[in-house]
Amino acid sequence: MPTIVVDVMPKAELLDPQGKAIAGALARTGRGSFDVRMGKRFELTTDAPVTDELLASVREIAADVLSNGVIEDVVAVTVVEPAVVDAAEIA
Amino acid sequence: MRIGVITFPGSLDDRDARRAVRAAGAEDVALWHGDHDLSGVDALVLPGGFSYGDYLRCGAIASLSPIMNEVVDAANKGMPVLGICNGFQMLAEAHLLPGGLIRNDHGAFIRRDQHLRVENTATAWTNGFTAGQQIVIPLKNGEGEYVASAETIERLEGDGRVAFRYLGVNPNGSINDIAGVTNERGNVVGLMPHPEHATEPGFGPDTRAAMRSGVDGLTFFTSAIAALQAA
Repeated sequence: MPTIVVDVMPKAELLDPQGKAIAGALARTGRGSFDVRMGKRFELTTDAPVTDELLASVREIAADVLSNGVIEDVVAVTVVEPAVVDAAEIA
Repeated sequence: MRIGVITFPGSLDDRDARRAVRAAGAEDVALWHGDHDLSGVDALVLPGGFSYGDYLRCGAIASLSPIMNEVVDAANKGMPVLGICNGFQMLAEAHLLPGGLIRNDHGAFIRRDQHLRVENTATAWTNGFTAGQQIVIPLKNGEGEYVASAETIERLEGDGRVAFRYLGVNPNGSINDIAGVTNERGNVVGLMPHPEHATEPGFGPDTRAAMRSGVDGLTFFTSAIAALQAA
């Protein structure tokens, strides 16, 4: 079954306290010094063929429900296990 | 005067909000998120808590509840609507109020008796305060950092739509110390601190006069009653 993956990240200009906590833990345990930002990955699996209409509606869902444009950005909408469309990034 | 308090799965402060409504002299009406019915109430309170376990984003799933269709309609028609904490997050997610709430900048949950300055006394929920009045009500949240785009902040500040500002301590990193905002019309107000926990002597924040005697939150509810009586 095709799966559409939606990636959402906190807006670059906003502080990401979770990322900061992770970066602190990495530094504390001697794993290196990184800037870490933490986002969300949604996997929408469907029986339906992945048509342009379906992708358009998933992009709408990504913008309206899966993310909040005030605080987050949808950074990618990707089809994996492709049925109709290539696995290439769509967003 | 009938003021409805909506219970969502994971609401915590609905009982206290109903008690506050009664303390202010109105009739409290329990409403359920799954209904498409406001039971003819005159005003609405969206209480605090962790609706749907804060899954997705705070208030996000709750903002898609069946009753929210009616809430948005009523708010757009001018009904007084107060969102407290998780309720504020719902109003932001429902686009009834601008901006958004994210995790506190210091990463920790915080609970404290919070000093606020009332910045706008023209709203349905603040008309009983005097301009610039300083109040103390409890604050308790993990995701209370108010953020919005620079343009939105400029518009809110310019139009006097910042309803409350944190005084002394900014407990969560909110832009411009913003604790609460109102919509353009002044009928919808949202804030992170909890007025409903400061409405009854013996159960509120400490004051100089006596322990737990703070009742500054009561004015939110009496203001709504006054606004409805004036309408």
